Amino acid sequence: MRGDMKSKGFKKESMLSTTFHRLRKNRMAVLGLIFIVAMGIIAISAPLIAPYGYEEQDLYNIFSKPSANHWFGTDSLGRDIFSRIIYGGRYSLQIGFGAVALACSIGVMMGSLAGFYGGKLDLILMRVLDVMQSIPGLLMSIAVSATLGSGIGNCIIALSVSTIPGYARMMRATMLNIRDMEYVEAARSVNAKDSRIIFRHMLPNALAPTIVQATMGIAQAILVAAMLSFIGLGVQPPTPEWGAMLSEGRNYIRDYPHLVLFPGLAIVLAVLSLNMLGDGLRDALDPRLKN
Amino acid sequence: MAGILEVQNLKKYFKTSAGVLHAVDGVSFTIERGKTLGVVGESGCGKSTLGRTVLHLLDSTDGKIFFQGEDITVVDKKKLRGLRENMQIIFQDPFSSLNPRMSVSTAIQEPLILAGRFSKTEIAELTGRLMDTVGLAERLWNSYPHELDGGRRQRIGIARALALNPQFIVCDEPVSALDVSIQAQILNLMQDLQAQRQLTYIFITHDLSVVRHISDDICVMYMGQLVEKSPAKELFRHPLHPYTKALLSAIPVPNIRRKRQRIILKGEVTSPVNPSPGCRFAKRCSYAAEVCTKPQELKEITSGHYLACGRYEEISD
Amino acid sequence: MSSENKLLEIRDLAIQYVAENEVVRAVNHVNLTMNKGETLGLVGETGAGKTTIAKSIMRILPNPPAKVSAGEIYLEGKDVLKLSEKEMRRIRGKKVSMIFQDPMTALNPIYTVGEQIAEVVQLHEKVNKKKAARQAMEMLEMVGIPAARYHDYPHQFSGGMKQRVIIAIALACNPELLLADEPTTALDVTIQAQVLDMINQLKKELGTSVILITHDLGIVAEVCDRVAVVYAGEIVEAGWCEDIFDHASHPYTEGLFNSIPDIDGDVERLNPIQGLPPNPSDLPQGCKFHPRCSYVSECCRTGHVPYQEISPGHFVRCHLQHKEGK
Repeated sequence: MRGDMKSKGFKKESMLSTTFHRLRKNRMAVLGLIFIVAMGIIAISAPLIAPYGYEEQDLYNIFSKPSANHWFGTDSLGRDIFSRIIYGGRYSLQIGFGAVALACSIGVMMGSLAGFYGGKLDLILMRVLDVMQSIPGLLMSIAVSATLGSGIGNCIIALSVSTIPGYARMMRATMLNIRDMEYVEAARSVNAKDSRIIFRHMLPNALAPTIVQATMGIAQAILVAAMLSFIGLGVQPPTPEWGAMLSEGRNYIRDYPHLVLFPGLAIVLAVLSLNMLGDGLRDALDPRLKN
Repeated sequence: MAGILEVQNLKKYFKTSAGVLHAVDGVSFTIERGKTLGVVGESGCGKSTLGRTVLHLLDSTDGKIFFQGEDITVVDKKKLRGLRENMQIIFQDPFSSLNPRMSVSTAIQEPLILAGRFSKTEIAELTGRLMDTVGLAERLWNSYPHELDGGRRQRIGIARALALNPQFIVCDEPVSALDVSIQAQILNLMQDLQAQRQLTYIFITHDLSVVRHISDDICVMYMGQLVEKSPAKELFRHPLHPYTKALLSAIPVPNIRRKRQRIILKGEVTSPVNPSPGCRFAKRCSYAAEVCTKPQELKEITSGHYLACGRYEEISD
Repeated sequence: MSSENKLLEIRDLAIQYVAENEVVRAVNHVNLTMNKGETLGLVGETGAGKTTIAKSIMRILPNPPAKVSAGEIYLEGKDVLKLSEKEMRRIRGKKVSMIFQDPMTALNPIYTVGEQIAEVVQLHEKVNKKKAARQAMEMLEMVGIPAARYHDYPHQFSGGMKQRVIIAIALACNPELLLADEPTTALDVTIQAQVLDMINQLKKELGTSVILITHDLGIVAEVCDRVAVVYAGEIVEAGWCEDIFDHASHPYTEGLFNSIPDIDGDVERLNPIQGLPPNPSDLPQGCKFHPRCSYVSECCRTGHVPYQEISPGHFVRCHLQHKEGK
């Protein structure tokens, strides 16, 4: 029965598995992937791993240096920095992925419609994006954050607003490219509806650049989130977001550098891993493959 | 005499910023069931546009297209979808005409799934049979286009076109991108399929030796106009239009003894934007005269051999 | 054949492409000689190795991954594979020029065509800008383009005219050898006829030797004196045009002729060559064509196939010839 061709074990080399294989060969990318996944796991299992609660204050033990009791030392209120870093991962990663997920979905939708239908729809959508892009990204994030107030949700919104145009334009450009490919024409010739053409034929081929953009975007979002917290917007203490921790510790850099060292390292590690992963993905997803 | 496809005065114009592009300008022909009509011409002559317009992948600007007696330029969308199953297309570029993310079987199944009237088992069965028919091995079921050579990819395109058992297929340069030895295999396949299934082809190509081999009748196009139509062998033995003569004389023949009088055309192909009425070949024709500025009519010179050239009587030897 | 007349001699050339985990044997022990003033056609299908051979003469193969693993290429007596990059630069454009298949992308869109021709002249000859420009205009006239178009940009020309400009650039310094890689494949038939005629004329006027890479035997018949048929990185048959067209001796050559629809004859069904070209990273043992050959016999499956001269100037790599003692 032909239906079970796949179970006959014929070599199935889907795009997913080829991408994975190629990615595996890139050591830096694999390293980045491992780190990010590790950070994710640690963040999720924070309550199980962290030796202390992130709000637990020990006023008799403020500013203590890294020791057996407190691996990363304590901050100005005697809170264990190690635990705060672990919990902080939750917020940073949440904000990073959340902002990108939101911006990506809105952007991809706008870009696909604009690219596929063209004409008036394209015109209107592009002008909307033009307006959005006329305000510098960081300023936009700051303004939105200041307006909405602090908190994770508001932070995510603030971060995504300024990045939507990027995804939209990238998607639109890819769609314009693919729209003229003969296999789209072929799909039309066998009576495929517009929606099927977009979802089944065009999007899968257009996702590759978006995936790369998104991966790098997460890193960017984490950085901007840290910046927002640093300047007093976004997520605020006592929430242990890494940027907020940097902000808190900046007054004590000279005497107690460990207050900023560890949050800083955490940010660097997260951003670096994501960038390495993103670079690797870009190479691995290249549809021209061997040829 | 109604054939399976009859095209009357078909026109397709595109609006561009420079003006109106007359891609196809008043083309008429009839094809009978089971026959192949070759359409030849150089780049910009409109042959690809003609193929797509006949299938209604592009909306025609004017003229009528009768498929099995029905005028498809005026049918409603629903009817058109039904008719589409009977009229298919094979593309030139075996890479860009296949979705790189769809495996061989998925690509071939697509039309079957969209038809909406086959069960999963039937689809799998039909796909298997189609792959057999076009000579694709079973083990390629899950392969992707980038893993295969041009010939195999083109076979996928053919299988996809055959999926819904069409009666009429437009072949847009189906072998131009293939190596000579693979070309021959695919041409044989297409001829076999035609014989088995009584298929009617429009075979669009710029390769004159291929078109002579596979066509029953041939249309020669120049800048959107149909300049000559004739049975294949007759066209090569007695080309009548000055352009056809020049075209035939330009083909490099793999025969070192054949000394041919080559007619070198002056100038280049101009663009068919806002063209003047009359013969568009006149500017490059050595026989051009006053009469050429008037619109040319397609006249039957000998049985089945049509020509659009006002100077025919004067220049025929 | 006096050695003074010998322009090019390729001896036992082998080139490999080394990628991650596989070795692609693109060119396998190729021997080729060319005299001055000759036009040699390199015929073969995609992936046969013709372009690689040509590019190796100019040493413009990408250095990884391509590697010349054996052989010598003597251009006017000197082995170009052993020259320094500096010496090679003096040769490229001056002694050897190359024109590529796609005229659309071979010209730089931001410079005028005249400037691009003049650039080659200035790189190789000690002339000032004015003189180079004048020479460029002469070249334009020579390829049938009015000199006044010196100041036009590539996008203002059609495909055929762009290809002429490219030919003008290639011939600007009057090279001894012109490598033309499928120069007319992307052009319409009537334009192709014009360009081929022009190449024919120019090579007579300037005395240029030409290696013409093509898959079209018709073009070979029009333009070439000698032909070499390439398959799987080897030359399977080489000889004068009469030898190849009238007395094709290698089964692959025969197969090529059978695959082409004859414009004069009346053939019901074509006779294609069975099977597919081999994977260059996994070539068959023995004769590389044997899996597809209708005359295959036991001795073809293993061992080395000798390259023999079966009549003056006509070489074939096939056991068949050996057995029949032709």
